Amino acid sequence: MKRHLLSAADLSRDDALAVLDTAEQMDRALAGREVKKLPTLRGRTVVNLFFEDSTRTRTSFEVAAKRLSADVINFSARGSSVSKGESLKDTALTLEALGADGVVVRHWASGAPHRLAGWVAGSVLNAGDGTHEHPTQALLDAFTIRRRLGRIDGLRVAVVGDVLHSRVARSNVLLLATLGAEVTVVAPPTLLPVGLHGWPVAVSYELDAVLPKVDVCMLLRVQAERMSSSYFPSAREYSRRYGLDTRRLGLLPEHAIVMHPGPMNRGMEISAEVADHPSRSTVVEQVANGVSVRMAVLYLLLAGRAEGGL
Amino acid sequence: MTSWLIKGVRPYGEEPVDLLLSGGVIAEVGSGVSAAGAQRLDADGLVALPGLVDLHTHLREPGREDAETVLTGTRAAALGGYTAVFAMANTDPVADTAGVVEQVWRLGREAGLADVFPVGAVTVGLVGQRLAELGAMADSAAGVRVFSDDGRCVADPALMRRALEYVKAFDGVIAQHAEEPRLTEGAQLNEGVWSARLGLAGWPAAAEEAIIARDALLAGHVGSRLHVCHVSTAGSVEILRWARSKGFRVTAEVTPHHLLLTDELAAGYDPVYKVNPPLRTEADTAALRAALAEGVIDCVATDHAPHALEDKETEWAVARPGMLGLETALSVVVQTMLQPGLLGWRGIADRMSAAPARIGSAGGHGHDLAVGQPATLVLVDPEARWTVDPGRSASRSRNTPFAGRELPARVIATFLRGVPTVLDGKAQR
Amino acid sequence: MIPGSSETTQLGEYVLPRWRFATVLGQANIRASFNDPSSEAGKGSESMTTQSSVPHATLRSLLDAAGLARVVDRIAHQILEKADGARDTVLLGIPTRGTFLARRLADRIGSFEGTAPRVGSLDITLYRDDLRLRGVRVLAETSLPAGGLDGALVVLVDDVLYSGRTVRAALDALRDVGRPRTVQLAVLVDRGHRELPIRADYVGKNIPTAKSEQVLVRLVEVDGQDAVLLGAAGRADAAGPAEAETP
Repeated sequence: MKRHLLSAADLSRDDALAVLDTAEQMDRALAGREVKKLPTLRGRTVVNLFFEDSTRTRTSFEVAAKRLSADVINFSARGSSVSKGESLKDTALTLEALGADGVVVRHWASGAPHRLAGWVAGSVLNAGDGTHEHPTQALLDAFTIRRRLGRIDGLRVAVVGDVLHSRVARSNVLLLATLGAEVTVVAPPTLLPVGLHGWPVAVSYELDAVLPKVDVCMLLRVQAERMSSSYFPSAREYSRRYGLDTRRLGLLPEHAIVMHPGPMNRGMEISAEVADHPSRSTVVEQVANGVSVRMAVLYLLLAGRAEGGL
Repeated sequence: MTSWLIKGVRPYGEEPVDLLLSGGVIAEVGSGVSAAGAQRLDADGLVALPGLVDLHTHLREPGREDAETVLTGTRAAALGGYTAVFAMANTDPVADTAGVVEQVWRLGREAGLADVFPVGAVTVGLVGQRLAELGAMADSAAGVRVFSDDGRCVADPALMRRALEYVKAFDGVIAQHAEEPRLTEGAQLNEGVWSARLGLAGWPAAAEEAIIARDALLAGHVGSRLHVCHVSTAGSVEILRWARSKGFRVTAEVTPHHLLLTDELAAGYDPVYKVNPPLRTEADTAALRAALAEGVIDCVATDHAPHALEDKETEWAVARPGMLGLETALSVVVQTMLQPGLLGWRGIADRMSAAPARIGSAGGHGHDLAVGQPATLVLVDPEARWTVDPGRSASRSRNTPFAGRELPARVIATFLRGVPTVLDGKAQR
Repeated sequence: MIPGSSETTQLGEYVLPRWRFATVLGQANIRASFNDPSSEAGKGSESMTTQSSVPHATLRSLLDAAGLARVVDRIAHQILEKADGARDTVLLGIPTRGTFLARRLADRIGSFEGTAPRVGSLDITLYRDDLRLRGVRVLAETSLPAGGLDGALVVLVDDVLYSGRTVRAALDALRDVGRPRTVQLAVLVDRGHRELPIRADYVGKNIPTAKSEQVLVRLVEVDGQDAVLLGAAGRADAAGPAEAETP
């Protein structure tokens, strides 16, 4: 594996499978234990550097790092493009001084983890950057798919919703293609990037036509503020055309699963009945799997590195 | 004043001659020229061109002297072979009054490294609301003829029409930064494969092309002169070709970076590649090169945009757009135009000297290398190859996108009215 | 218990003063830091790289398939005798080959006794102290038998006993997964050169070796053949004979 995890494209097929296999073993190593702790990263420091609120992701990384016995420092840097906060570079230099072995970064600007990687000696893990990528989300999604359906190679996956602004979509498209799945992105044309050609995906504007042919239906969060920029006329119209409700659930093959990275807009991209469906929805599993996958990534990136950034 | 005898130089890359510069003009051209008391310069193998003219330079003074000053900017210009630069109006305060343009003009005279022609703002404060006092700037000591809100587009079509009409009275020209602002809100990178992949908000080619089409129609309608800044797309070239075919008085420039660099350089999110308009695709660079060769694009202009380190050592979205260009422009044009055979040295002299001087009404520049003309010229070593080192730039800033690249051709000497501003590749003041 | 403190851990019949580990490990880390990081130094049985890099000509057979089967039978008998029945015994193999040896031993005991002891697998990778020096490795399976380890007689099973570091890591891992009544150790080969106060309860074959030599255990399940081989000398491309075995 490379030194950093900035993009799902950093992962070869072997790398990605190593992460998934390791996560599976991590899960088993801790299954049924009273003390859910491993000594592997004892003495290592992991910094959670969050420029954007995300309790879910931050907590997931924190639990993962702590289960591996790393020291975890939470560093909330609420800088925005307008506020005159400390610059990213100065923050990076601070982390260097603290001796961070790993920096988990969430940032509102696409590419911020790439910049950070140039300024710190430790490993940088992208925990979501702007509208670019969220590689560990894609890994946990792949992990969830493989657990539920036994494989990824050859599966057909629909990624539905705001692909244009979604870091989850970008990482999933890259990783699923690496792992041999056939991906179809489904969205109103306004929510698909103009430069989509060249992505390893098929494109559809019609959800009903795609659903009967997929094994996985992955829904993306659609933010209501997109409405005011006329990406679509109204939440009702979006939900009528692209929301997954009980009727549409019935169009899916019986074995197919429904995924959502959260947080969900119930009634918008997913109906409450589908979100809570006991056998088809994997929403809660995805969260649980997130910890195992992030443990695997932290282990693979940090455990083998010598001190002092050698 | 010292006379200079330049021996064995090849004007426009043609047959070697001797040039005698005396009294600020080219006094003699021929072979075996001798002149008692003249400083002799052996220019065997060097190419002589008229001094280059840059229609589009940001000198940052007044306001951001930490990024560039008139002195450091014109020093970089001289080292790049330029003898005249047009200084854009987006300073602080904005060059929207006679007072500010005269200050910039005077700073240029004091520096003495290149003639500085201030560009006046089209609208007060560049905010696109009402016309600045264009006439006062035209009548000032700076004699402004080029007006631009560069950095921003004069987006209001009615205001643009009035500006185009108004400057006819003193043969001015409006240099438009063509960018439809509603289509580029938050835009970071050319809208295409790379913006999609990198998750950066797209800057669509249509946002440039729509404004060029609109302004060409307006210029045709009122019979005014329009100059289009930093044309960056193949579609813009088509619209310019069409405007010419209609006989509209529309001229255009292209930057060296848009001739050479493409949007995939953004892949590592290094903001040194962030510029406005953004780097486009290979199809665009090819169309721009062809248009420059054909003359549909009249000239090369650098859009030299120095930025302090802290404005580039940031997240991509936070970084200010812009690139250095003065010291590398000629080399990039040699690589992209001369080496592939798209332009000869005479063509380069036209696109980088005569045409911009004509568009900007830069008196004393852009003339032929002939007896009686001002001794304003540049000597180039066409065989040299050099690697761009930002640390050695004469500019106060370091944001060159060509860092580490090996480029052809090097400026050896620059003369401004018979006075060397650069000798042996070194600035003389 | 606080790791690295001088507190004493009592696990089965081993009484292990913790502070001594810290001292020994510190030295070992320094010594090992410039050794070939990919090599299962001196204990080539788990590493593909080591196997392929030892020229066939330099290998000497110590046990053939029949010999290996006899040794397994003997250990099975000893366990039966000493452990006094299979009912509360768990054979816990250390991957990769220890796991298969544990299964073979269980099968043999089952055939002697009628009842086979429970079998499990305990991956110790996450407990290794040399990940920084040798790089991360893919984890192997950990699977505990139904009923867990609490109150059981746990026999750790490994192929080669060398420095003792693998066993130390296994004891640490064991502490996190249950509370056995007693812990014992069975190894196919003891090649000496211990760096920790650890000894085996059941040894298939004692093989005195030089540190520069390598002992390779091959099992049908993994390697397609049963054998124990001795690599005569260290590899020519290695920096020299490894002094510390990986745990």
